[in-house]
Amino acid sequence: MRMANSSRLPGRLVLLAVFGFLYLPIAVLVALSFNEAGLPTSWSGFSFKWYAALAGNGEILGAAWNTLVVAVFATLISTALGTLLALGMETRRRKSTGLEALAFAPMVIPDIVLAVALLTFFSLLNVTLGLHTIIISHVIFDLAFVSSVVRARLKHFDYSIVEASRDLGASGWTTFWRVTFPVLLPAIIAGGLLAFTLSVDEFIIAFFTAGAGRSSITLPIQIYSMIRFGITPEINALATIVMGVSALALLISQWLNKEQMQ
Amino acid sequence: MSYQSARSNLLTAPAVAWLVAFMVAPCLLILSYAFFQRGMWGGIEYSFTLENFARVVDPLYAKIFLTSARIAGLATLLGILIAYPAAYAISRAPRMRQPMLLFFAVLPFWSNYLIRTYAWMVLLNREGLINNLLRWFGYQGEPLSLLYTEGAVIVGLVYNYLPFVILAIYSTLSRLNPELMEASRDLGGGPIRTFWRVTLPLTLPGVAAGGVFVFVLSIGNFVTPALLGGGRFQMIGNVVYDQFLTANDWPFGAALGLVLIAIMILLLMLQARATARASGERARADA
Amino acid sequence: MTDAPHSHEPILTIDGLHKSFGPVNAVDHVSLEIRKNEFFALLGPSGCGKTTLLRMLAGFETPTGGRILLEGNDISTLPPEKRPLNLMFQSYALFPHMTVAKNLAYGLEMDRLPKAEIARRVEEIMAVTDLGQFAGRKPDQLSGGQKQRVALARALVKRPKVLLLDEPLGALDKKLRERMQLELKRLQHEVGITFIIVTHDQEEALVMADRMAILKDGKLLQCGSPEDVYETPADRFVANFIGVMNFIEGVVGSDGIFNADGLKLATGTEIRGAATLAVRPENIMVTAAGAGGAGKIVDMAYHGLDRVLHVKIAASETPLQVRVPANAAVPHTVGDTIHIAIDPDRTRLFKN
Repeated sequence: MRMANSSRLPGRLVLLAVFGFLYLPIAVLVALSFNEAGLPTSWSGFSFKWYAALAGNGEILGAAWNTLVVAVFATLISTALGTLLALGMETRRRKSTGLEALAFAPMVIPDIVLAVALLTFFSLLNVTLGLHTIIISHVIFDLAFVSSVVRARLKHFDYSIVEASRDLGASGWTTFWRVTFPVLLPAIIAGGLLAFTLSVDEFIIAFFTAGAGRSSITLPIQIYSMIRFGITPEINALATIVMGVSALALLISQWLNKEQMQ
Repeated sequence: MSYQSARSNLLTAPAVAWLVAFMVAPCLLILSYAFFQRGMWGGIEYSFTLENFARVVDPLYAKIFLTSARIAGLATLLGILIAYPAAYAISRAPRMRQPMLLFFAVLPFWSNYLIRTYAWMVLLNREGLINNLLRWFGYQGEPLSLLYTEGAVIVGLVYNYLPFVILAIYSTLSRLNPELMEASRDLGGGPIRTFWRVTLPLTLPGVAAGGVFVFVLSIGNFVTPALLGGGRFQMIGNVVYDQFLTANDWPFGAALGLVLIAIMILLLMLQARATARASGERARADA
Repeated sequence: MTDAPHSHEPILTIDGLHKSFGPVNAVDHVSLEIRKNEFFALLGPSGCGKTTLLRMLAGFETPTGGRILLEGNDISTLPPEKRPLNLMFQSYALFPHMTVAKNLAYGLEMDRLPKAEIARRVEEIMAVTDLGQFAGRKPDQLSGGQKQRVALARALVKRPKVLLLDEPLGALDKKLRERMQLELKRLQHEVGITFIIVTHDQEEALVMADRMAILKDGKLLQCGSPEDVYETPADRFVANFIGVMNFIEGVVGSDGIFNADGLKLATGTEIRGAATLAVRPENIMVTAAGAGGAGKIVDMAYHGLDRVLHVKIAASETPLQVRVPANAAVPHTVGDTIHIAIDPDRTRLFKN
């Protein structure tokens, strides 16, 4: 819709205001992480000292490592399961509302309910809590997101290229690996990156399923206790890094998705 | 072709198994707890009772439900009021820029919400940025107590979920046939009337989707009220958290969870109905 | 449009082929014989079953009944990858993640040909279809016409016994379509492969096909050359579907004379009773007064080359369409009364 130049102004103002609102808090944190004083009261100079402090903080490094382990395993499992689910759902002759609801549920269930349900479930089965239970729990919503990304791609998928491949002499198996899979791959990776981001950032479910041990504290859990019990300026540096990593993962995911939605 | 169905079932099986085992079963379990009693020292006494539900409607908890609904409702309303103009502005931007604008609008949503909530603490507290800015501009009085207020909780909730509402409204806006608006103008409707009678009704499904999402997630949220409310505002999420981790009254916590899920399902069904009706109208409008 | 002699040897025999989806018969016991090296068209309106028939030939639908014989061998139950036929898809179905060259090579790789041979055949087909300069491009960098050539080349490079084409020219604009019709015809002669084309455009079929089959509601109505189908349509539907046809309702008396309000024609047929006379616009002559029946021009369409007069006569509710050259000796205008005559040898009679 073409608009005269003069009437673009209100639109631009609105966007400026809204983006300002969205990014102001983030910008503040990033700025603070470089503030020598560490507090918002005054700016005493640009400094990397809080980042250095982070590097020396064993607790935080431990939590970061745990987060990485959880995210990697959860991503791998959920990408595989989610892709299979998407393929299965899109090659059905008739939509199954039950399956749709099941695939959609993890995204809408209030996380507190799911967290508490999992805690109960694991304790009933006498399963010791730890990183492994966090991973199992993360896969639940990770696979729902992966599945939804891959399904979106499959809806635009020109099935006639599969027929063309068979017409040209390829078996079903060869067709999958040489035609279907490569065309889907960017969406699968995009979904995987999304899952990775979700797992890195996820707090509530991790909190409930981590158990009491120190060895299963993830970064979000660490951040929460820091916020609750004692804010130190290193938190700003940590926040900046975590946001940076998520943003990067999402940029790549978006780029991949855009490329083949064209 | 039964080969085709067998194959698609095989493909969905692993994920379905995982979800049933780790989502459906635990949820059913927890929901069943709502019907049992709390044991003497915590734990469960497996005797059937409806006592937990009686407690849920107790005035104390009813009040908490209402407070949560009010806060979530305000957050939803505010979210829609901010998101709609933003989504509209994005949909009117040059075609090429829209995906990028949308991406940046949604990006904050994917970052850690603890961090985002913490950022607001930094902004709002008595030594925080906003107070400092006011001081900078010459304000002499007492520092404003912005943090630990209901307003802070609402702002935090809006901030967390705004990107999604923008996305939801934008999806319906961008799929709108521009000729419908042009027809309205051609028939004499000014910009405001065109918006009110054509654009808005046709984008209602997106608004509904975004609104339901914000409401459902807000009402069950416990991090935002805990951090930005300072524990002064108990929302349902906080109560459930307490029941499970502090008070050790799992059955009661489960009953509350059940109510939450019921609210969620009710809203989703209403939204689905509204969407179906609206898309019927849209289909007729496009024909 | 046939210059080269074709042998009448069948290459593909469709024997009582039948496909039903529940109570609906998409293809209803169709039997056809396609001859070697001919350009064959499956023609009919949407929903007539032509695409289903084509897909059964390619192997993407399983027949409910009947057989398909290729050079005498029953291929009815063979999966698509094992059939020596290739399909050019309506949507082209080019592999989006492969370059043009890789798309073309794909089928040959499935045949396990040696690399050098594959490269040679790909070069060859690119030369024949003029695609050389696009070898390194991906499908999204090609225009519609270019994509169509790649789809065609990809199917041809495997040297199939029969090439099936599913509405190949549908997505092209008029001028390009007309050019491609002749291109395809020329190509078919050059490579010497049997082509079976599915189309809903009867003009296209008339231009390109050596023989065609007209289908309606899954049933075969007529099979023959363009001349056969145009001059001697088998039934009312075919008569109406191909070209333009005038229909006059009337009665044939026991004397074999067709009678309709003011119009009398001697018919050489056995048909008696209520019947419909069908006559093409070019076979109605404008005559001098007294030599034929009278009619009034109610409308006129100028077609450059000629005019089509819409003439209302007593015998027909709908005005007859009559073709006259644009530079006719007697200029006509709307409202004039003219006289027309019909040559009984150039009419068809259908029993009602």
